[in-house]
Amino acid sequence: MSISIKDVEHVAKLARLDLNEKEKNQFTKQLNAILQYAEKLNELDTDNIQPTTHVLELTNVMREDETRESLPLKKVFLNAPEEEDGQIRVPAVLE
Amino acid sequence: MSLFHNRLKDIHNQLVNKQLKVSELVNESYDRIQQVDSKVKAFLTLDEENARTSAAKLDELLEHSSERGLLYGLPAGIKDNIVTEGLRTTCASQFLSNFDPIYDATVMKKLKAAQSITIGKINMDEFAMGGSNENSSFHPTHNPWNTEYVPGGSSGGSAAAVAADEVYFALGSDTGGSIRQPAAYCGVVGLKPTYGLVSRFGLVAFASSLDQIGPITKNVEDNAYVLQTIAGYDVMDSTSANVDIPDYLSALTGDVKGLKIGVPKEYLGEGIDPNVKNSILEALKVLEGLGAEWEEVSLPHTEYAVATYYLLASSEASSNLARFDGVRYGVRTENPDNLLDVYLKSRSEGFGQEVKRRIMLGTYSLSSGYYDAYYLKAQKVRTLIKQDFDKVFEKYDVVIGPTAPTTAFKMGSQINDPLTMYLNDICTIPVSLAGIPAISVPCGFVEGLPVGMQIIGKAFDESAVLRVAHAYEQSTEFHQKRPQV
Repeated sequence: MSISIKDVEHVAKLARLDLNEKEKNQFTKQLNAILQYAEKLNELDTDNIQPTTHVLELTNVMREDETRESLPLKKVFLNAPEEEDGQIRVPAVLE
Repeated sequence: MSLFHNRLKDIHNQLVNKQLKVSELVNESYDRIQQVDSKVKAFLTLDEENARTSAAKLDELLEHSSERGLLYGLPAGIKDNIVTEGLRTTCASQFLSNFDPIYDATVMKKLKAAQSITIGKINMDEFAMGGSNENSSFHPTHNPWNTEYVPGGSSGGSAAAVAADEVYFALGSDTGGSIRQPAAYCGVVGLKPTYGLVSRFGLVAFASSLDQIGPITKNVEDNAYVLQTIAGYDVMDSTSANVDIPDYLSALTGDVKGLKIGVPKEYLGEGIDPNVKNSILEALKVLEGLGAEWEEVSLPHTEYAVATYYLLASSEASSNLARFDGVRYGVRTENPDNLLDVYLKSRSEGFGQEVKRRIMLGTYSLSSGYYDAYYLKAQKVRTLIKQDFDKVFEKYDVVIGPTAPTTAFKMGSQINDPLTMYLNDICTIPVSLAGIPAISVPCGFVEGLPVGMQIIGKAFDESAVLRVAHAYEQSTEFHQKRPQV
């Protein structure tokens, strides 16, 4: 499996990255090299192997549905790029 | 001689007996930083005013109270992906260059409760992605043993700061070797705990199924003290393990008689520098002399670990780093046309090359049509890698090998070759995938650069790992060697 510059453009779009031409070329080359290396995994028969998503044997971690103190809004806005009337401001979603 | 060459226990006693003041320890830190950090470049942000105030308070306290935290007055350096309330936390990324956290990570709360003093925030590879510190978007950190060499990564700043006596101890984080490999390159002691032992709450997530915070110190005993402080269940981390925390200090008996050590042939084979291999074989002789027994074992899936890791870690990263969108915090692009533009431009301007590369790799692995071939396949191979260890641990108490295949490499020598860079983690990655604990301790020098021995244990058996590391350290002098910066 080899990936083209078109694939890279598609993935960049999914990842919300705006790549320049140089980056597109470089990533196409480098991702191909890394994925080619990853092909190595196909040497192994894993048909009857369970995937490991997590090393601990944890199932659902629940807590009582009780209200707890949350972060004060004033503090939350300290890092917001733009704030207005207790809300975070962003450019219009629809033109 | 630096005050920081004393053992924690001795410093503690000196403070209690009023032969030493906390403010002197803090002075020592900032004086040393002033003296050497222009060469080492381990720090991103200093918290001098607060540190001096805290030191004065602790000195005052010493007059009235006999209560002492486990890390009383000790100057700490904190990797910059651990959030610290009110103290800039950047993950060495331009994206977070203006970010001041509004709460403390659980480990920070624990350090404060143990009364250590935060000296500042420490450099790293951006978002912990890298093995050389050259991916910091601010400046690279240099290896104190030879400033033309990398300190390793991603916790390279933490290891370098401890090695250069800029702090007494440091916290790092390890996803595929990011505590152990820099500890090896810088000749200090670095422990990656079992996954789930230390709370990840407040650790900026890179790969959530792998990330662990751990201590970097000058000796094993001090490492046990810091681990004792930060380990433990935390309701704020849903992957935190609810296990009893043993007394790690009492594990340091020096007794390894009859201990069974497995030495994976894959860790001493192809790609391992013969000088590094020799140091490990010499170290095994020392342990043999102490009554331990070692045999060659096999971890047959080792050669698949790096590929498995880069698919899984990058996939998790691509998902975790989706939160950096320029909306709620971080640096937002100037004059965006619309909301989509905020995302695209803020991310593209804010992330460096390695971070983008991993987001791309992860997004590709998770994307429709490729999920089974890459992500799921890697998760299945992860099972095989874990089973390799399970099998060896049926018969052996610990597994020992090198921490890294070589000593530190020259700055600039691998930065344009991601795959070669990734292969430096060949001995640490399998351990991370299995979620088990491992420590790196100094075990030799090759051409003036330190070599690290990796001691790997069963899940939640940090005690065994520390005991073996301590017994070895007590019989050798490598950990007492100091770099001339």
